[in-house]
Amino acid sequence: MTQTLNHFSNPYRHLSWISLIIFLVLWELIPALGWVKPYFTSSPSRIIKASVWLFQNGFWNDIVVSATEFFFGFFLALLVGCLMGFALGWYKKLFAIFNFFISALNATPRVALLPILILWLGIGIHSKIAVIFLGAVFPVLINVIAGMSTIDANLLKCARAFGANDRQFFLTLAIPSTIPFILAGIRLAIGRALIGVVVGELVASTAGVGHMMSMAGATFQTDKVFVGIVLLSMTGIVLTELLKLLERRFSKWQINA
Amino acid sequence: MCKILHYVRKDRLFVGKAMPFMIHLVAQDVSVTYSSSQQKSVNALDGVSFTVKQGEFVVLVGASGCGKSSLLNCIAGLQPVTSGLLLLNNQVITAPSKDCAMVFQSPSLMPWRNAIRNITYGLELQGHNKKAAIDIAQQYVDLVGLRGFEESYPHQLSGGMQQRVNVARALAVKPSLLLLDEPFSALDALTRLYMQMELQRIWQQTQVTAFYITHQISEAILLADRVFVMSARPGRIKAVFEIPLERPRTVEIKRTRIFNELETQIWASLKEEIAAMGISI
Repeated sequence: MTQTLNHFSNPYRHLSWISLIIFLVLWELIPALGWVKPYFTSSPSRIIKASVWLFQNGFWNDIVVSATEFFFGFFLALLVGCLMGFALGWYKKLFAIFNFFISALNATPRVALLPILILWLGIGIHSKIAVIFLGAVFPVLINVIAGMSTIDANLLKCARAFGANDRQFFLTLAIPSTIPFILAGIRLAIGRALIGVVVGELVASTAGVGHMMSMAGATFQTDKVFVGIVLLSMTGIVLTELLKLLERRFSKWQINA
Repeated sequence: MCKILHYVRKDRLFVGKAMPFMIHLVAQDVSVTYSSSQQKSVNALDGVSFTVKQGEFVVLVGASGCGKSSLLNCIAGLQPVTSGLLLLNNQVITAPSKDCAMVFQSPSLMPWRNAIRNITYGLELQGHNKKAAIDIAQQYVDLVGLRGFEESYPHQLSGGMQQRVNVARALAVKPSLLLLDEPFSALDALTRLYMQMELQRIWQQTQVTAFYITHQISEAILLADRVFVMSARPGRIKAVFEIPLERPRTVEIKRTRIFNELETQIWASLKEEIAAMGISI
């Protein structure tokens, strides 16, 4: 039996909190003692101060813009990834037709496509949605295709022996077998989509969290850059935790549940 | 239909007024050939003919690779015969039929469905709604001895319990013919013995016709009304043994003289076939 590192079953879990607190205290003290200049590392109190200032000066607008880009790009990726994945996993011909394009696009760093996407869609929200979509769609798509290919041959035979038609195959066998793969794909896609938000806005944009960070960085306002970093990492944590809730919903039948 | 009856008459079976028993399953000169472009074609079955009566328990024994599973798949409508004829209730078998259900060698349960929802699977595929299917399945939960385990998921059940679900799922669609593909071969010896007795009880209660495949001679004698011995590849029915033992049979029957004699005879018949497959014993 392999013991997984489950935070809740680890008897030393209080150490996680102690180490976090020590880190924050050191982060506060070192610039305060003058060992490094605050504009290199900032500090927790400066970050809080900067975030208060930002929220009083139109930061909500940036957050709304970034969230909108994320929402549309991510859910479009989820929708297209699942639908295409099921179609390509089911029809081998379709898979053969798209195979090279999927491999090529998946291997290309999405950032490299940004100049072209900006050329086509402008520096507004649409080019960001496109780059987020392209980042997030492939983990979902590739996982769904893989999930479809791992359907248990014994279960296929069982369904056939009971006279299942194509629709029943799909609903009772293909979709349930693929759900763990879809969830794994979503987990990867969240990270990719967040990268898409930031990188898209850093390259060229008119608003958004990444836009704010880019402007602040260019003018040596380290505290504000850190506000963006903290916000992004917290978004990532919240989304991953939400996904874990979803996974728990589907995992009651799994061996490790 | 006329053509079918003609075939059956040619086999000198009773069809008509004076039928002494109901013929349930007929195999008439069934052959299966696998051909692939790379290799020369393989004859899996060659001229298999037999009849199975309504409510009879027939066990087919044969060495590994003799074509037992091919025959079962053909009867289940999962694979076509190359030549010959298979009739279930006087209908030619061309596709999976509602009259016939299969108990698989591996439990083949859906890990995301609990026991009762696995049992309802066949019913759902055949158009019952979920609630009606669960009502029907509940009777079979009791029949196969799964009460209290309805909500358990397959990974929470032992191998024997999983096979009970497998049996219940097949019975729930009320087939007239039950096909069993070595259902207890992966169980430990004690559980296997217990499940054999359970199967006998379930078969007697449901009066379903059973067609059972196994490697094990003692299992065949314990369960069967008749034992068919299959030859080495290409498979055909080499010998048929009537088992005149009283029912319900108990495990103790294995120690009787008649049981041992049957075992010896069937073994003698099977031994030549195993030798023919290139294994010396």
